[in-house]
Amino acid sequence: MKTLATFSLLAGLLLSGAVHATAAEHVRASHAWIRVLPGNLPAGAYVTLENDGDQAVALSSASSKTYAQVMLHQSSTQGGMSRMTMVDSLTVPAHGKAVLAPAGYHLMLMQAAAPVKPGDTVRVLLKFSDGSTLHADFIARPANALNAGDEGATKP
Amino acid sequence: MKCRPLFLTAALLLGACLLLTGCHNPAPLPFRLTNVTGHMPPLEFSLTDDQGKTVSAADYKGKVVLLYFGYTHCPDVCPLTMAHLHVVMQRLGKLADGARILFVSVDPGRDTPEVLHAYVNAFDPRAVGLTGKPRDIEALVKRYRSAFTREPAGKDGNYEVSHSSAIYVFDRDGQPRVLSTPADSQDDLVHDLHLLLSSGAQP
Repeated sequence: MKTLATFSLLAGLLLSGAVHATAAEHVRASHAWIRVLPGNLPAGAYVTLENDGDQAVALSSASSKTYAQVMLHQSSTQGGMSRMTMVDSLTVPAHGKAVLAPAGYHLMLMQAAAPVKPGDTVRVLLKFSDGSTLHADFIARPANALNAGDEGATKP
Repeated sequence: MKCRPLFLTAALLLGACLLLTGCHNPAPLPFRLTNVTGHMPPLEFSLTDDQGKTVSAADYKGKVVLLYFGYTHCPDVCPLTMAHLHVVMQRLGKLADGARILFVSVDPGRDTPEVLHAYVNAFDPRAVGLTGKPRDIEALVKRYRSAFTREPAGKDGNYEVSHSSAIYVFDRDGQPRVLSTPADSQDDLVHDLHLLLSSGAQP
């Protein structure tokens, strides 16, 4: 796994020097927010990723200096049961978007180094399968928020 | 008039029945959500609230109860449900004071009263966190044909719990009335709670 990651990273670097731009260069992150829970409870993070490239890209992992661990998860409800599963990667289609939103795909942020309060900005590094990375600033929102708070009408 | 005393007796009987808490057939209401009146047992439990007090269903008599099973280490669906319930309570305005959201932890090992206290209050002042002995929680879960399972722990000792996503709504007498699932609209929940909060004995 590690060698594969190194290989794809190298391949990504080599390719970036050539005609192909990296996945990250085609991706724009918006509506990035974190639902902050009290204490040191794991938090859910959400973001919309738009890809203006001709190739699909895949979000493969994420990390943050603020949290010890960041995982890509998916919530699902089937037969009246809610469950969460780990996801290896999430595809952002060419000229399309992938939405990480409550009750669906999300990043699970665990073990904050220092308490994160609503209003704080948390930088998260998004990693794509070609090894390229994108920094995104996530706004910390209160536990009972329903969205990034930048969508106006839907705010409670 | 011969029929008058008979009518009076009937009215008195009906009145007495309405006053009695154990009445099996609460007055039908035009609910929009799944009506479970008479299909589930009345609310009953013995658990510990987020202040550390032992509580039972009797402590919530006179309140319309929204029962939800969850756990605090659930970063996505549980807080989303609680955030939605907060909006529902806000939409009910003053009437919401007659309702309580009971968040029952299916993860009592990690969800102490202190953890639950901070958790529920981050969502709504009318939310109460309940925890207790695994046995007592399982009994409550089973009582409402709800379910939860614990996934095996990962290498960091963390584990996930899959759990029922429904919200069980009880009237002021602790009788089950409607079931709300994530697929149902928030308007319908507000509508049905409005019906329940505007009827029945006031505390």
